[in-house]
Amino acid sequence: MSIQVSIPTILRVHTGGEKRVTATGSTLQAVIADLESNYSGISNRLVDDGKLHRFVNIYVNDEDVRFSGGLDTVIADGDSVTILPAVAGG
Amino acid sequence: MLRIRADLVDAMVKHARADHPDEACGVLAGPEGSDRAERHVAMINAERSPTFYRFDSGEQLRVWREMDDADEVPVVIYHSHTATEAYPSRTDINLAAEPDAHYVLVSTRDPEQHELRSYRIVDGVVTEEDIAIVEQY
Repeated sequence: MSIQVSIPTILRVHTGGEKRVTATGSTLQAVIADLESNYSGISNRLVDDGKLHRFVNIYVNDEDVRFSGGLDTVIADGDSVTILPAVAGG
Repeated sequence: MLRIRADLVDAMVKHARADHPDEACGVLAGPEGSDRAERHVAMINAERSPTFYRFDSGEQLRVWREMDDADEVPVVIYHSHTATEAYPSRTDINLAAEPDAHYVLVSTRDPEQHELRSYRIVDGVVTEEDIAIVEQY
């Protein structure tokens, strides 16, 4: 089971500069836990108090996980996960 | 220093004027590592608000993938302030997450004369930079 995860510039400090990494897991939560085991500190940048951070967008394939189950989103072998910081302000 | 083509400045100002009094937002894409904006992409402000902006998440994914496929990055990220000066708000500073981008602010509060300024925003620290507007790179 291999999931390709695309890492944005601001989080590459956790992945040794890597733009794409692989992870395993059958839900988004499990994928994030697996990422954390290899890239310490990354989980805190994505999850806040047990919920996805409001200003981080995570997509499974083309779907924003806010609309597909959040951390419980089911992930299958070959899926791709894309992390993008929201572009927002006032 | 942001060195930028005049037609790209005009495109950002035109977009800001068109969406006034709501905030307008978008990116200027350019080749990775070049620090040279080449292509204007007007983005939807999903908030449709005079005081807040947020890129639509689906559109952002599509545009970011197009940039990735073309070895481009968001050289400039811009948005407008429609009632205040062209200086990053506290929210702008807290949410800035592209350390390599030039953050351009356009103020449309004066209907005759816009204000356009550029900043780096890294780890909560704002640094204003000069802008050189050129006809061609």
